Amino acid sequence: MSTAAPASALPSYADALARYEPVIGLETHVELGTVSKMFCGCPTAFGAEPNTQVCPVCLGLPGALPVVNEAAVRFAVMIGLALHCDIASWCRFARKNYFYPDMPKNFQISQFDEPLCTDGWLDVEVDGEVHRVGITRVHMEEDTGKSLHVGGATGRIHGATHSLVDYNRAGIPLVEIVTEPDVRSPEVARAYVDELRELIRTLDVSDVRMEQGSLRCDANVSLRRRPAPGEPDAPFGTRSETKNLNSLRSVERAVRYEISRQAGRLDDGERIRQETRHFDEAAGRTSPGRSKEEATDYRYFPEPDLTPLALPVQYVDELRAGLPELPAARRARLIAEHGYTVRDLTDLRNAGVLDLVEQTVAAGATPVAARKWWLNELARRAADAGSQPNDLAISPADIARITVLVASGELTDALARKVIDGVLAGEGTPDEVIAGRGLAVVADDGALTAAVDAAIATAPDIAEKVRGGKVNAVGPLVGAVMKAMKGQADAASVRGLLLERLGAS
Amino acid sequence: MGITRDEVAHLARLSRMSVTDDELDALAPQLEAILSAVARVAEVAAADIPPTSHAVPLTNVMRPDVARPSLPVAEALAGAPATEDGRFRVPRILDPDE
Repeated sequence: MSTAAPASALPSYADALARYEPVIGLETHVELGTVSKMFCGCPTAFGAEPNTQVCPVCLGLPGALPVVNEAAVRFAVMIGLALHCDIASWCRFARKNYFYPDMPKNFQISQFDEPLCTDGWLDVEVDGEVHRVGITRVHMEEDTGKSLHVGGATGRIHGATHSLVDYNRAGIPLVEIVTEPDVRSPEVARAYVDELRELIRTLDVSDVRMEQGSLRCDANVSLRRRPAPGEPDAPFGTRSETKNLNSLRSVERAVRYEISRQAGRLDDGERIRQETRHFDEAAGRTSPGRSKEEATDYRYFPEPDLTPLALPVQYVDELRAGLPELPAARRARLIAEHGYTVRDLTDLRNAGVLDLVEQTVAAGATPVAARKWWLNELARRAADAGSQPNDLAISPADIARITVLVASGELTDALARKVIDGVLAGEGTPDEVIAGRGLAVVADDGALTAAVDAAIATAPDIAEKVRGGKVNAVGPLVGAVMKAMKGQADAASVRGLLLERLGAS
Repeated sequence: MGITRDEVAHLARLSRMSVTDDELDALAPQLEAILSAVARVAEVAAADIPPTSHAVPLTNVMRPDVARPSLPVAEALAGAPATEDGRFRVPRILDPDE
């Protein structure tokens, strides 16, 4: 491109991708779901009143000494093992020194050159293609406090007159999971965070709620010119780091924007500044973050107040043996055993019903029926109630029973919904609801035949039309029969019976 | 090894200390003297002796994951120079021209 576009007009994403290859690495912070903080006994509940979960240790008061939370170490090792990492046989914590009010100690306890877990990987599938993302390291550290900036526009730090700090979050155990620069597209970046979140949720070591900040992601993005055929790869370009992306969608959008932005600068012959950037969800753009005049100099040194970790091999092996079935293995099993597609599994997971469906199948439903009822009827009812499918007052065994009754013809779909109404209303098990509400399909042809004859007798004009060949005129008769049967008949059978009776079938 | 004036100024900046030119002139040789005194350790430390980070040979000192009562808010905030709405009030973080 010889003509430089004006700096304000970014090249389109497709145009940028055609000429540049994005190189993406991700750093994900995960708050571990411990009861108490990393180095003290303060509770970790989300949403407590400001500064009600603090003590001399997490406030950095003089003389207070930290002690490592055993569960935090265990959870971090489990994450490392699930990511196929090596677990260090010996490692130390380190002080990361910086002056910023979010850490009252003026340093953060982290790990530096001796991370707990190294050299792992996570496979991520996008559109049927598997991408292996290398994991450089997983290390432990403590979370920082939360600042509220006052006096500026919309709570931003720029233009604020002062800030208010809540240290409830300071000292909550975190792991930071750092990937190799292996990711080549915004879609894979998003899928990686999604898969990582699912993995950690499966391990039950964090609630991984991005909207509450218990999982947050920084995206390192750089571009390099795509090589012509036969040419070697160009060296990596300078990267930007977009901080604190707090939804899967933001991860994808921010990376996409950075690709266009950097392509625009490179097209204009400008260089990319290595800087941290902030993603504005509303505008869909990134902007430079807090400016740092001098190169960061954290003066890391081994934390003298904490002993080194030297986890016995046996301890690590026991944790490895105790890992639950991981998401990738589970997906493979559900596809093989139940005949689901990848798409089905994605839908079920997004609807929050995958566990429920699996339990429903285990309780005797067919995979197809279990999927159908949870994904449609029950997910909708949960949504209507503003809750999660998990919270519905109906068990997988109840749904399994209902699907069995539908399959055997004892319930129609419409009746099954009424049974679900009853169970949700606390009227008992499906069988109790059926008995209590009198909901079973009437298989007794005598009652049905009588109702059909009665309907024909009451509306001779309609009957005549149908006999004359106007088959679709039968609707009101079907309605009359269904009404007489109080809905406990199958509409299609009723229609068939009427047409047969009228010689129009 | 030689500690330069610039290095002292850099350290002062990282430590958020304001140091005058005169102080820089005085501090550089003093720091130099301290560092060379400590550097004598290197004379006896052979290559096979790793730097000591902990004076006692303990590892894996941990506590069970049990929550304990925190400080009452008033007590937590008692040492703060300024508070507002139950939070620590701190001065402007960024310079206005930053």
